[in-house]
Amino acid sequence: MAHVAIADQVDELHDPTSFIAKYVWSQDHKVIAIQYSITAILVGLVALVLSGLMRLQLGFPESFDFIDPNSYLQFVTMHGMIMVIYLLTALLLGGFGNYLIPLMIGARDMVFPYLNMLSYWTYLLAVIVLMASFFVPGGPTGAGWTLYPPQAILDGTPGYDMGIILMLVSLAIFIVAFTMGGLNYVTTILQARTKGMTLMRMPLSVWGIFVATILGLLAFPALLVSAIMMMFDKLLGTSFFMPAIVSLGEQLDHTGGSPILFQHLFWFFGHPEVYIVALPAFGMVSDVLAVHARKNIFGYRMMVWAIVAIGALSFVVWAHHMYVSGMHPAFGFFFATTTLIIAIPTAIKVYNWVLTLWRGNIHLTTPMMFAIGFIFTFTHGGLTGLFLGNVVIDLPLSDTYFVVAHFHMVMGVSPIMVLFAAIYHWFPLISGRMFSERLGKLHFWCTFLGTYAIYLPMHYLGFLGVPRRYYAMGSTDFIPESAQTLNASITVSAILVGLAQLIFIANIVWSVFKGEKSGHNPWHATSLEWQTPQVPPVHGNWGEKLPVVHRWAYDFSVPGARDDYIPQDMATEDVPVEPGQVLQAGEEH
Amino acid sequence: MFATLSEKPWLASDEATASGGTNTEASKKKIALRFFLAVVTVLFTLFIVTFLARSQFPDFEALAGQPWQPFTNATQLWINTAILLAASAAIQAAVMAAKGGRLLMANIAFSLASLLTIGFLVAQLLIWQQLIDLGYFVANNPANSYFYLLTAIHGLHLLGGLFVLLRLSLRSWSHPSQAAMTNSANLCATYWHYLFLVWVLLFALLTSTPDTFKTLAALCGF
Repeated sequence: MAHVAIADQVDELHDPTSFIAKYVWSQDHKVIAIQYSITAILVGLVALVLSGLMRLQLGFPESFDFIDPNSYLQFVTMHGMIMVIYLLTALLLGGFGNYLIPLMIGARDMVFPYLNMLSYWTYLLAVIVLMASFFVPGGPTGAGWTLYPPQAILDGTPGYDMGIILMLVSLAIFIVAFTMGGLNYVTTILQARTKGMTLMRMPLSVWGIFVATILGLLAFPALLVSAIMMMFDKLLGTSFFMPAIVSLGEQLDHTGGSPILFQHLFWFFGHPEVYIVALPAFGMVSDVLAVHARKNIFGYRMMVWAIVAIGALSFVVWAHHMYVSGMHPAFGFFFATTTLIIAIPTAIKVYNWVLTLWRGNIHLTTPMMFAIGFIFTFTHGGLTGLFLGNVVIDLPLSDTYFVVAHFHMVMGVSPIMVLFAAIYHWFPLISGRMFSERLGKLHFWCTFLGTYAIYLPMHYLGFLGVPRRYYAMGSTDFIPESAQTLNASITVSAILVGLAQLIFIANIVWSVFKGEKSGHNPWHATSLEWQTPQVPPVHGNWGEKLPVVHRWAYDFSVPGARDDYIPQDMATEDVPVEPGQVLQAGEEH
Repeated sequence: MFATLSEKPWLASDEATASGGTNTEASKKKIALRFFLAVVTVLFTLFIVTFLARSQFPDFEALAGQPWQPFTNATQLWINTAILLAASAAIQAAVMAAKGGRLLMANIAFSLASLLTIGFLVAQLLIWQQLIDLGYFVANNPANSYFYLLTAIHGLHLLGGLFVLLRLSLRSWSHPSQAAMTNSANLCATYWHYLFLVWVLLFALLTSTPDTFKTLAALCGF
């Protein structure tokens, strides 16, 4: 087993030589990150196709023979689960977490490289088990991504037999994989920071990933608990969640269990999960904005505090997903209050992003456009969250397209915007080449305008009362004809946005092989990952000596300095100064 | 923590004196284990919370309280508890031996701890067998379900620890350094003591009477 030194002991670095050790059973965090990312993106494409199929049915009902009510529900379920867990969580933490943490804090690798490798292969196993459910009798589960009992495991729900079992097993495996990765991320951030890299000098990307990982470590057990207990109910006939019930005219053996208990467990995981996805995105977008606006991030400390506060608050808001399940009014009041309180740190972050742009030297590069696009989509999705956080407004809207529009804006489109920003921003580092700006911008406008064309009308459909989760509307007189026209237009937009992603894939694949060489630090960024001796960074990251950090990650446009950025590892006496000027570092500008 | 969070990083301190992580072999494993125990704590806490909530439903029949119920007399479980306590003590002895440089002693203590842990797991399986013989199957009653579930989860955690412990025992024959040995022994000891405490808590809960459940559930607001 190759031991990778994370302390500054270069003699302990054994570079892997064979192809298999280098790219397959690799313990290098950068290779593992790319393995995670490619797997997540591939499985995400499956989920994208599933959403296209759903939209075909909704836009043009009764036109497609291969979509029946059962398969529609299966598409909904698999789309949701794959996107939230197997794409977003895996790509943001397994992909970007792995790539960025050691490079940004000045380490040679994760502290437990072997565990890190194991984490990826376990994740791959979870994905394979999940995909296998497409090929078992009865197909994948169609219980909705929330998998609520009793229907999730009862006859009549699609995939109630093998499908749900494979789903639960896959989730359990995923949680094991995440825990292995997560322990690595937090320990690496706490232990392997290079000399001078205090916690408060870390780029916000690392802060976001750090707090999100802690949330994941504390929240995923809730999903594991519910998965194990549901598996008992399904396979051993226990009654943890299953009430006494008559199903298809037959009295089942289950007695007096509580389906609501499952909902509490599920959402105790499910709500922090929103922030497990959002916090790394918040962090990365902050860094992209600062670099491309050539300005320090506005209110760095406030940004860190907000990340920590959002993380803590995310554990006390879960029941706002359950207003329609019925609860004590005082409970509803409590959870509505905490939900509205969490808007405060979130709003602070949005203000700070906007104020970072204020009077900045904005370069409208592709990553910057995606980052600015994120501010729009996230504000938009966040504001509808304020509507839904209130019990009285949530009740009529909960089962309509308004909710679909809300969570796709806030949890679908927004993290995806950041992911694209991040992929374009760090692509020159990862591959050593530039992508095509022209194609990148085309991709941005198709995605940004296209997603608005999809989700903006959905808010209106929600106000009309169009119910979500329905395969077909049937005879619902209160819904006007025009709703169907709108649905057709949403479907057309969705398919166009889906196809527009081919631009992205083509751009990336072409640029990996044929792109212009990016050279060293093409964005003139300050943080450590851009200061490696080689681009792309090689095994061990730093060559002979670890970098020493002299400043925070946001010294852009410092008055008196010759360049508009000062890398984190540059000592003050080495900073090139404008002739006749004095370096005015240390001001909050 | 608050001091860290209120630092002003934009004030350039020229010296790179500010420290990074400590990053020693011992400290990083210790931190990882602490985070892992936090994860396990959440896991058991959630199981226990659902257990207490579920105990207030009318179909729940506690496993102790009335003379005919299996754990009104819990001698067997007390014996198992003693075995696990002995395993914990053996690991503690290994820690002390390793600190004192008596590596052979430490090695023997490790092996003893492994045996005792295996003994505990077997004894737990025997209790399952007894319950099955008495007709207390997993799906008959939520109290039974929780008994099997919680002992199984606890047992699986011990099994995972056992795997590490056995690897350590094997490695310790190849003359590791005293520091490495002490460090590993410390980590194992933390894990075993922790799982012993979890077991004591589970033991108390699983053999509670309906009145105790009622009080506990009331305290939790169920």
